[in-house]
Amino acid sequence: MLGFIIQRLLQAFTVMMVISFLVFLGVYAIGNPIDVLISPDADQRIRELVIRQYGLDLPLWQQYLGFLTRLVTGDFGRSFVFNMPVLDLILSRLPATLELTLAAVLGATLLGVPLGMYAGYRPDGLASRLIMGLSILGFSVPTFWVGLVLILTFAVALGWLPAGGRGDTALLFGVPWSFLTLDGLNHLFLPALNLSLFKLALMIRLARAGTREVMLTDTVRFARAAGESEWTILSRHVLRLIAIPLVTVFGLEFSSTLAFAVVTETIFSWPGIGKLIIDSIASLDRPVMVAYLMLVAFLFIMINFLVDIAYAALDPRMRVRRA
Amino acid sequence: MDHPLARIWDEFRENRVAVAALVVVIMIALVALLAPLIAPQNPYDLAKLVLMDARRPPGYVGSNGYMHILGTDAQGRDLFSAILYGLRISIEIGVLAGMVALTFGALLGTSAAYFGGRTEAFIMRIVDLQLSFPAILLALMLSALLGKGMTQLVAALVTAQYAYFARTAHGAASVERHKDYVEAALSTPLPAYIVVFRHILPNCLPPLIVVATVQIANSISLEATLSFLGLGLPPTEPSLGMLIANGFQYMMSGRYWISIYPGIALIVLIVAINLVGDQVRDQLNPRLKR
Repeated sequence: MLGFIIQRLLQAFTVMMVISFLVFLGVYAIGNPIDVLISPDADQRIRELVIRQYGLDLPLWQQYLGFLTRLVTGDFGRSFVFNMPVLDLILSRLPATLELTLAAVLGATLLGVPLGMYAGYRPDGLASRLIMGLSILGFSVPTFWVGLVLILTFAVALGWLPAGGRGDTALLFGVPWSFLTLDGLNHLFLPALNLSLFKLALMIRLARAGTREVMLTDTVRFARAAGESEWTILSRHVLRLIAIPLVTVFGLEFSSTLAFAVVTETIFSWPGIGKLIIDSIASLDRPVMVAYLMLVAFLFIMINFLVDIAYAALDPRMRVRRA
Repeated sequence: MDHPLARIWDEFRENRVAVAALVVVIMIALVALLAPLIAPQNPYDLAKLVLMDARRPPGYVGSNGYMHILGTDAQGRDLFSAILYGLRISIEIGVLAGMVALTFGALLGTSAAYFGGRTEAFIMRIVDLQLSFPAILLALMLSALLGKGMTQLVAALVTAQYAYFARTAHGAASVERHKDYVEAALSTPLPAYIVVFRHILPNCLPPLIVVATVQIANSISLEATLSFLGLGLPPTEPSLGMLIANGFQYMMSGRYWISIYPGIALIVLIVAINLVGDQVRDQLNPRLKR
């Protein structure tokens, strides 16, 4: 197991290096690095100072080393728009996004897996058809449009819930969170619902497909022959057998939800990193774009690494084969 | 008589929902194709737009003398016409991106399976790496870097999606690669590319077609999302996503129709494509057959 973890860590490290190289190429070699580091309204003296300071007159490989060093020390430069260090800016927005994403993914899993298992257990029942119809709708309807309809219904027409913002927050570990106050929860509900619908549809589909396949196997036939109740079969055997793909997808979907939060945050003016990156693209705030890219890549690689480890913990065959 | 396509069609016919969905897809495609003949107004001709008619509710009879059955948008565009033209753009981009991604991905996947060894490992490593990044993020970043325009948008969509085709093609092709008929074909003096294109590729087509259906729907949805975020096409020729984004600011004051009707058109299209794709996928999944 330890060998497996070390191997995966090395692999994650390699991928991170490749991505940093690609981002470096994209922004520094193809694009103009001066645009990334210096605000367009800086005067000539500051320009030359920064060019010297960041070594833009050096050969490319030395520049790449410098880029890496700055990444490792967490120096992403300053945001042109907010005039503060990019890392601080992103870290101050990160809790809002994490909170939203976690709420959405947890909600989707806790609701989607039982619904999907039921739909796979009785594929021809009326309720199952209804669940599947719902999941196709959740799969097909673009997130941003659902967000609009939610706002139109619950905020504009009914006036039950707020249309945007984070509401009141409370401090935990020195970080403001919305889910700790009633007003914050009110604000969190619609965006989290919006973000979770796609994942809910996905979880339902995966759980259904898995359950349908497992119900046809000998495991279930023998369990039935042994006189176990249908409930025991579903909760003890089927759930365990479909868990591996579900865990993988849970991890991967967590990262893709983090990316999709861009859309939901824009619609609900939720002050997370997704809204920050859209605003940065619109205002050409390049240091923020570079930092966002590297940070999201880092998060994805970490999540993929953890998913691999969880996979190995759930399925002993994986350890033997890879390590 | 027992042609594989005929067999697929016979099984497909049994699912009435899927058949209805197929009819809807064909109808929408026809309507979008014939938009200039059906639409009462050319929504891109700025000279024909009357600002006095802006933001009117559905059923309003405008100064041009005809009824705006779905209302008008903030520039006085007839929404029904704008939706027809928007569908045209959405389908055009979706199909174009889907086809380019299919060609590129299939080529990459089959060559990986054909060459094997290091080449295969290298190509598939990159594909796997890319698949771990969500398409929306790649498309977002690329369209931010490349700028606005049709070519840039299609390039972003293709980059975000070719990996799905590459993986599917690789999976199917590596199964075919080791079958006897391929070995037999390779032992003849036929050049390798003939074997790949005439023997391996046709047998990989069914799963690729399934992926293509789903990916076209995804491209359309992705394009709408990018346009909604302001990263898609320039605003002079609004696609459905752009129409919805333009209506967003008027929704809070109760003018729901500018956003809602284009949205419904978009959803009907995507749902119908997905329903067709679902049925075909179920049919081609051998594990669901007892």
